[in-house]
Amino acid sequence: MREIDVKLITEKVRNLCIEANTDLGEDVLQSFDRAIQKEDSPLGVEILKELKENARIAKDEKVAMCQDTGFAVVFIELGQDVHLVGGGLKEAIFEGVRQGYRDGYLRKSVCHPFTRANTGDNTPAIIHTEIVSGDQVKIIVAPKGGGSENMSRVVMLTPSDGIEGIKRYVVQRVKESGSNPCPPTIVGVGIGGTFELAALLAKKSLLRPLGSRNQESELNQLESEILEEINRLGIGPQGLGGRTTSLAVHILMMPCHIASFPLAVNIQCHAQRHKEIIL
Amino acid sequence: MTEAISLKTPLTDKDVEKLKIGDRVLLSGVIYTGRDAAHKRLFDLLKEGKELPFDIRGQIIYYVGPTPAKPGQIFGSAGPTTSYRMDAYAPALIEKGLKGMIGKGMRSESVKDAMKKHQAVYFAATGGAGALLAKKVKRAEIVAYEDLGPEAIRKLEVEKFPVIIINDVRGNDLYIEGEKKYKQG
Repeated sequence: MREIDVKLITEKVRNLCIEANTDLGEDVLQSFDRAIQKEDSPLGVEILKELKENARIAKDEKVAMCQDTGFAVVFIELGQDVHLVGGGLKEAIFEGVRQGYRDGYLRKSVCHPFTRANTGDNTPAIIHTEIVSGDQVKIIVAPKGGGSENMSRVVMLTPSDGIEGIKRYVVQRVKESGSNPCPPTIVGVGIGGTFELAALLAKKSLLRPLGSRNQESELNQLESEILEEINRLGIGPQGLGGRTTSLAVHILMMPCHIASFPLAVNIQCHAQRHKEIIL
Repeated sequence: MTEAISLKTPLTDKDVEKLKIGDRVLLSGVIYTGRDAAHKRLFDLLKEGKELPFDIRGQIIYYVGPTPAKPGQIFGSAGPTTSYRMDAYAPALIEKGLKGMIGKGMRSESVKDAMKKHQAVYFAATGGAGALLAKKVKRAEIVAYEDLGPEAIRKLEVEKFPVIIINDVRGNDLYIEGEKKYKQG
């Protein structure tokens, strides 16, 4: 059995929090370039260029690309042949978030729901752990901003709503969100499972690199169709009008109850941040 | 695209009257920051008939909660937050003389009505361009509610801070007009 000290997990989570917030992925930058080529609105093109320049400054100066450095969402894939030593996994992750948000000069954006008092160190983190085979640990840190999260929804459709019902709901959600979630957005869609799992699938779908194909051809087709409809809405970069309302639609699906048809839409702003490491 | 208009703060009625939706504006001078919690406090002061912690006449409030400044940085990353959460409080501030708001996202009808009635405008800054916008801030100091951390009210001195007119004093809305212009089918 492989032993891993949780101190290592703390250190890696710390670094991933800082990296995710300062270094926008190459896949996102490339999708900005593709959007600039297609965008008809001069103001929209200006915005997309501004976003590229912003990402460059953030990376060069190691500062947060966006002031909303998010709720730290951490995905852990823990190999079943790993024995964690030196403390608890949850506390190790929290400590990594604490250190990352302190040392990276990231904003602490977590508060008590009623009093709105800030917890002061951006904890708790949201942790999703999956036990997998093998002796490795994969850590993904995906900070999630509040503006786009607020535009997200879970809905229990009726089986008779079918694929058309999915399309209608997702496009309508993007339309109603308008300029609020900082378009161009990435639209994460979770279909099936249960109420809570649909939401998790939608969030997980956002981890897929932009510009990559969905492995399931049926879903790949559906992603293209929904994206096309979204980009006919006219909302455009920052909602000022244009063709680029969303950069991509990502779908994850799993079986659901015979009576159910759960759908979750997790809207992600253009600051599509996530970094990962395998130990 | 037409050239950006340079404006010095504080703003006068004459300054805002000439602005129209889609205009790009470069703001220079003092602006104040404030978001959810600070707005609630300002609103409560007005309700109790008390003085605000700064003279709001002619001023601009920027809806932002920055990251902490790194050593050597004047101001941390500072893009706009979504404005609709301030809609419940904004009309009362506009009535007291607030001339401009900077944020992102559509405003409610009551905010738009207040802007028309009292000659105020709503600007959008690019959401998510926090690192770029921070560079336009030349001075920053906390003027109220330090206990709110990133939500404290700060007085900023900005230079050529880039914004776009979303709502002008005639009741036009760039979010509505822009979407109409580019909508297909």
